[in-house]
Amino acid sequence: MAEAHPVGFQWVMEAKRRGAKVFHVDPRFTRTSAVADSYLPIRAGTDIALLGGVVHYILDNELDFREYVVAYTNAATIVTEEYADTEDMHGLFSGFNDDNATYDQASWRYEGHPQDQTTRDSETQRETAAGLENESHGAPVGGETERDETLQHPRCVYQILKRHFARYTPEMVERVCGIPQEKFLELAHAWTENSGRDRTGMLVYSVGWTQHSVGVQYIRTGAIIQLLLGNVGRPGGGVMALRGHASIQGSTDIPTLFNLLPGYLPMPHHAEHPTLDKWVDSIAHPGQKGFWGNARTYGVNLLKAYWGDAATADNDYCYGYMPRMTGDHGTYQQVLDMIDGKIKGYFLLGQNPAVGSAHGRAQRLGMANLDWLVVRDLFMIESATFWQNAPEIETGEIVPERCRTEVFFLPAASHVEKEGTFTQTQRLLQWREKAVEPPGDARSELWFFYHLGRVIRERLATSTKPRDRALLDLTWDYPTHGPHAEPSAESVLREINGYDVATGRPLASFTEMKDDGSTVGGCWIYTGVYADGVNQAARRKPGSEQSLVAPEWGWAWPANRRILYNRASADPDGNPWSERKRYIWWDADKSEWTGYDVPDFEKTKPPSYRPAHDASGVAGIAGDDPFILQGDGKGWLYAPTGVLDGPMPTHYEPVESPVRNPLYRQQANPTRKVYTHPINTLNPSPPQEHSDVFPYVFTVSRLTEHHTAGAMSRNVSPLAELQPEMFVEVSPELAALRGLSHLGWAHLVTSRAAVEAKVLVTDRVTPLRVDGRIIHQVWLPYHFGFEGLVTGDSANDLFGITLDPNVLIQESKVGTCDVRPGRRPRGQDLVDLVVDYRRRSGNLVHRYPPMVTTDVADSSSDQEA
Amino acid sequence: MGVRSWFEGWPVYRQLTGTDPLGRGAAAKSDGSRALTARTDTADSMARSVCPYCAVGCGQRVFVKDGQVSQIEGDPDSPISRGRLCPKGSASKSLVTSPLRQTTVRYRRPYGTEWENLDLDTALNMIADRVLAARDETWEDVDAEGRPLNRTLGISSLGGATLDNEENYLIKKLFTAMGALQIENQARI
Ligand code: SF4
Repeated sequence: MAEAHPVGFQWVMEAKRRGAKVFHVDPRFTRTSAVADSYLPIRAGTDIALLGGVVHYILDNELDFREYVVAYTNAATIVTEEYADTEDMHGLFSGFNDDNATYDQASWRYEGHPQDQTTRDSETQRETAAGLENESHGAPVGGETERDETLQHPRCVYQILKRHFARYTPEMVERVCGIPQEKFLELAHAWTENSGRDRTGMLVYSVGWTQHSVGVQYIRTGAIIQLLLGNVGRPGGGVMALRGHASIQGSTDIPTLFNLLPGYLPMPHHAEHPTLDKWVDSIAHPGQKGFWGNARTYGVNLLKAYWGDAATADNDYCYGYMPRMTGDHGTYQQVLDMIDGKIKGYFLLGQNPAVGSAHGRAQRLGMANLDWLVVRDLFMIESATFWQNAPEIETGEIVPERCRTEVFFLPAASHVEKEGTFTQTQRLLQWREKAVEPPGDARSELWFFYHLGRVIRERLATSTKPRDRALLDLTWDYPTHGPHAEPSAESVLREINGYDVATGRPLASFTEMKDDGSTVGGCWIYTGVYADGVNQAARRKPGSEQSLVAPEWGWAWPANRRILYNRASADPDGNPWSERKRYIWWDADKSEWTGYDVPDFEKTKPPSYRPAHDASGVAGIAGDDPFILQGDGKGWLYAPTGVLDGPMPTHYEPVESPVRNPLYRQQANPTRKVYTHPINTLNPSPPQEHSDVFPYVFTVSRLTEHHTAGAMSRNVSPLAELQPEMFVEVSPELAALRGLSHLGWAHLVTSRAAVEAKVLVTDRVTPLRVDGRIIHQVWLPYHFGFEGLVTGDSANDLFGITLDPNVLIQESKVGTCDVRPGRRPRGQDLVDLVVDYRRRSGNLVHRYPPMVTTDVADSSSDQEA
Repeated sequence: MGVRSWFEGWPVYRQLTGTDPLGRGAAAKSDGSRALTARTDTADSMARSVCPYCAVGCGQRVFVKDGQVSQIEGDPDSPISRGRLCPKGSASKSLVTSPLRQTTVRYRRPYGTEWENLDLDTALNMIADRVLAARDETWEDVDAEGRPLNRTLGISSLGGATLDNEENYLIKKLFTAMGALQIENQARI
């Protein structure tokens, strides 16, 4: 955090000054480790084993915050007897289907619940990254549950959790992660000790967690700990995601993503969502409890925002105009389709996949096989010049005279040359004022897409083709100003916020939205950002003149709430858990919720409220159920549906690992998304043969001085000067083993690529003892490429493509490699080297690691239960 | 120079007699630095902005002189950053004024070996042509069972995490109306 989010880290230091203990877990010792109370080096890709160890420690010693756990989580809920655990199935859960490597989630459901008919099957959910829809709400589940509040029932979630994590002992943590038991126990002790009525503990993670084939489950494990310890919805608690781009949260909320529409509404699927009603029902689940019951309203408001007057109740608000998904249309599928010649044109908008995405060679070869490419950026990036300067020119894989891709480079306006909002990592929208005009031909994306849309609509003005109606009926009348006819960003923000059609009055809250077409709103979770016709995101009341919550700085979704689920900061009766951690509470005199933040609860629903038996939607949520976007109002220790790789996290090895999974026979995530394509070769891992050809673990991350794929830092002289060269950090032990010298060169080889780097021999990376043997890890920054003031090989070239099944994010934080002294070969020799490694690892003809390995009995700890 | 002003020119004297006994501020100032004015004082205008790098969202103040960015500083009012910026945020002025920034449209024709220049309006129209052509060539009305698809899989897009919400909103709206499903950004990566 000190390296990649330095200014955010000041708050960790403030907390430390006030007595907080800081633990840092990282494969590499960093500036964060230097000021932490304790640093735990970890084998990359084993976080679930570590955190599972903490869950085990909590449950084994009954250190959970029992009142919170019973009242606010699903610990007491009883699960059907069809459920079978990884304990009994060598690392698989019940319901696994070998044919398509997915789970039928039916056996995971709560006792007495019917299998939900509107839930898409698991394969469709994986292909469409359905897990992302849950960023704003829980997966569907009925509200009536059978509970045992003594937590003794053998099939209550508490007992299931206990059994599931039984083998995650301190010894096992040491064996899997390479973390000494004393270090682990110090962490587990401090975490539990600093949680409860009077204290809260916070868990902070970065993208290092999401870029794994089990990334979602990493975060789930963190959430389970925080729920067990009562650290959710309370000040100083939570699971804090440190995201890496200025508005990456915004681009998820208002998604430039294939499977989502604004506000986490799913993009329609051809088979599941043929009509508006089916689409809405699949989101709202009629009869289900919680706020998501209003899905029809949110959907209709979006359609009205898109198609205005043309969208009427009679034509289902133009729902029929929507394009339909048939499966996985994600960025990696697209790249493979580019290589296969299926895609004609590609827009790159402030993104540089030639450096920033996994398997750089696949990215570049894909771009070299398009009809046309539009690159909009501040700088001439690698993804614009691949036809000229890519490493594949040297190897002869791209020949400019034979590369047909037509490339348009359009200069973009910088953040000071346009106005608009970024949404930062805590869901806070901050408006930026424009300082100057963009230089020359540089323009904002707002300008480019507004005018592209205008030109396209003009071209089609006389078209009678049905397919063009969606473009012609689109509301596209934003006012423009200035010499370049720049569209008004505020007018777009107003549409996002929503307004009353008849009066034009901006809506103050999504609760004012109607499902009859009388209101319009482009992104329901952002409603309120333009309340009273005032740009709330532009508020700049100085922090020093406000409370700690600073509610008048910018605007946070939803409803300017700064801590989600903050009803949980009060006990079931509505009183603060303690004076020290007072945040939101029930004011009995005024009969309303009050406190320092906007209550995340219906303002006047008393703690004693109990829903009628058949109540649905918001009315179905009890006065002591803080998790109002979950069907049962509870925080989920156990996910009865919606998480495709299991109701609880399980340690699986990374897809490329030198180690046989010490916990189960099942080696890697059995439901991971795999692409079998000639370009996507994977290194073998146990129980496959020849994993010893790639004996070392490598991981990548950021430098303080560079930014992602480097466009915004390798072209900026002070930053380029501070970190001028690609390097690899290796331990003194590995340096001795492989004959590497400090400041000399080394190259790393995988079955995709070889990249070279200057050697930094340092104790910051340390060999770990894992399952009785020494595992060496190396670390690289991933910012370098072949353009800019400072250049170097791209670390992401080393990775293959395997994705998490829930969200289709690639595993690009851990892989295996060989490490060799000296520079890498060039030209054909480079190709030959990689081919030779593939030959030696038995991978000349593609062999993919088996999805299921439970029949290979060489995982020593995996005893029969 | 009188004796008094000679004395006052001596930092130790100022340190002992003035308001700066530790000699870390006014007392240590030389005539040279006294004559300097901060760029932030002489700016024509100041815009309230946000750092464009990571998602912490540190506040920035962008100072402008004669139509050019003259300084970018941390915004002390921000409850998130309290005026601080990290090395990247501090380099924002170098970012927006970098001589390496491209300010003209560049065009590489198929099989070309060099960049060429192109007028922005021409480029916009050429791109519109290509989008419409790709869409027509790859349009899918219905699936094998006659269910609507309304889409093209011939067009891709990647990017958004560095852009404004308003921009992402228009991109998603336009692409959806065009039937172009395949848009992605860093959140997938
Ligand atoms: S100044 Fe640094 S920490 Fe703050 S937003 Fe910018 S990059 Fe992030």
